[in-house]
Amino acid sequence: MRFESPQTTKDAAALLAGAKGKGRVLAGGTDLLVQMKSGMVAPDLIVDIKRIPAMKAIKAEKGGMRIGGGVPSAEMSEHAALSKGWPGVVESADLIGSTQIQGRATLAGNLCNASPAADSVPAMVAIGAKARVVGAKKRRDVLVEKIVTGPGKTSLAKDELVESILLPKRPPRSGDAYLRFIPRTEMDIAVAGAAVSLSLDTKGVCTDARVILGAVGPRIIDAKAAAKALIGSKVDKAALKKMEEACSAVARPIDDKRGTKEFRKHVVGVLARRAAQIALKRAKGSK
Amino acid sequence: MSQIHVSTTINGDEAEFLCDADETLLDVLRDRLGLTGSKEGCGTGDCGACSVTVDGRLVCSCLMLGAEADGREIGTIEGMAKGEELHPLQTKFLEHAALQCGICTPGFLVAAKSLLERNPKPTETEVRYWLAGNLCRCTGYDKIVRAVMDAAKDMRRA
Repeated sequence: MRFESPQTTKDAAALLAGAKGKGRVLAGGTDLLVQMKSGMVAPDLIVDIKRIPAMKAIKAEKGGMRIGGGVPSAEMSEHAALSKGWPGVVESADLIGSTQIQGRATLAGNLCNASPAADSVPAMVAIGAKARVVGAKKRRDVLVEKIVTGPGKTSLAKDELVESILLPKRPPRSGDAYLRFIPRTEMDIAVAGAAVSLSLDTKGVCTDARVILGAVGPRIIDAKAAAKALIGSKVDKAALKKMEEACSAVARPIDDKRGTKEFRKHVVGVLARRAAQIALKRAKGSK
Repeated sequence: MSQIHVSTTINGDEAEFLCDADETLLDVLRDRLGLTGSKEGCGTGDCGACSVTVDGRLVCSCLMLGAEADGREIGTIEGMAKGEELHPLQTKFLEHAALQCGICTPGFLVAAKSLLERNPKPTETEVRYWLAGNLCRCTGYDKIVRAVMDAAKDMRRA
């Protein structure tokens, strides 16, 4: 195995393009190293992206925030403006693993690992986050929801990697939130997760909403009917009940040791309802 | 396979080593540099026995490659005491008998030190959450949490 730590994203892409055999990007390494040790993957080339300045920065951009592909989650939680503007995204990343994992794990890594139970992905999709994908020849900005195509699979070409993720500017009176269920208080993988982002008009009527479910299908589920149940309402009890039922109806979970199908379908609705209530509170508290 | 040359700083001292591309920082510390204070528990980032700091950030050294350490500042349990003088956390762990077999102890100490540097007055809940990634199968955690709270109190007075 070869180890490289290039200084630019273009060089990283060129290394991946020229890799003999399998090339893997090393961001925080909290998934990659575990997979290597268990024999799940045996890369021929590892490209450490943490020497690339653009990968290490959190930068304001047109009212939004651009987060480098090598920024650990702990840095996101410590960033006041990020936590204030996109609390749902920050709390979703903050739920992943221990303090030690937080010191390394990245948003881009969580995305590209393509686990159906990834906590930060529903939260990013709910607020319309965009990934900046750099290849050896060209660069493209693509919605985060277009990256993961199935468990462990992404739409990235061999030479492509995610340089940064843009959390776009929030409309006025908007809030987001993410909740997940795990059988304990810390350090586990989501049995079900739900992210909600919503915006209100000056009268408190919901004008826009997205409800994104995690861990209840091979990839995230965009619960459009659930979002529709919120739009036009004041996010009152009746609207929330309708939204909850829509989430349970659209979930397509599997049975496994961490939860049954029935349980996951039920609990994902409950989570979405509670997340919507938090998002509502945040939207009312924001300018 | 040609080895990688790495220059780094460990506990304030410059260090150089050669390692293989797939060798973890934990393996380098233990097998190449003789710093065996960091322990391997699970090797998958679940138990925290291998905790070290990298540029001041708490991480699992089993989930980091040795090659990544080039130019970084690594802090391990070996850098905690000043010669014969124990760190207040180490003293309090002894006073509270916050260890039995001792395998998890270096990781707990490194993690607790990192907490108190950021938050000199943590609540018990904050201590428990911060240390959630450090597993101990002997003590039931209570003595560890008490030792950390007590050390924090002493350090605030000092």
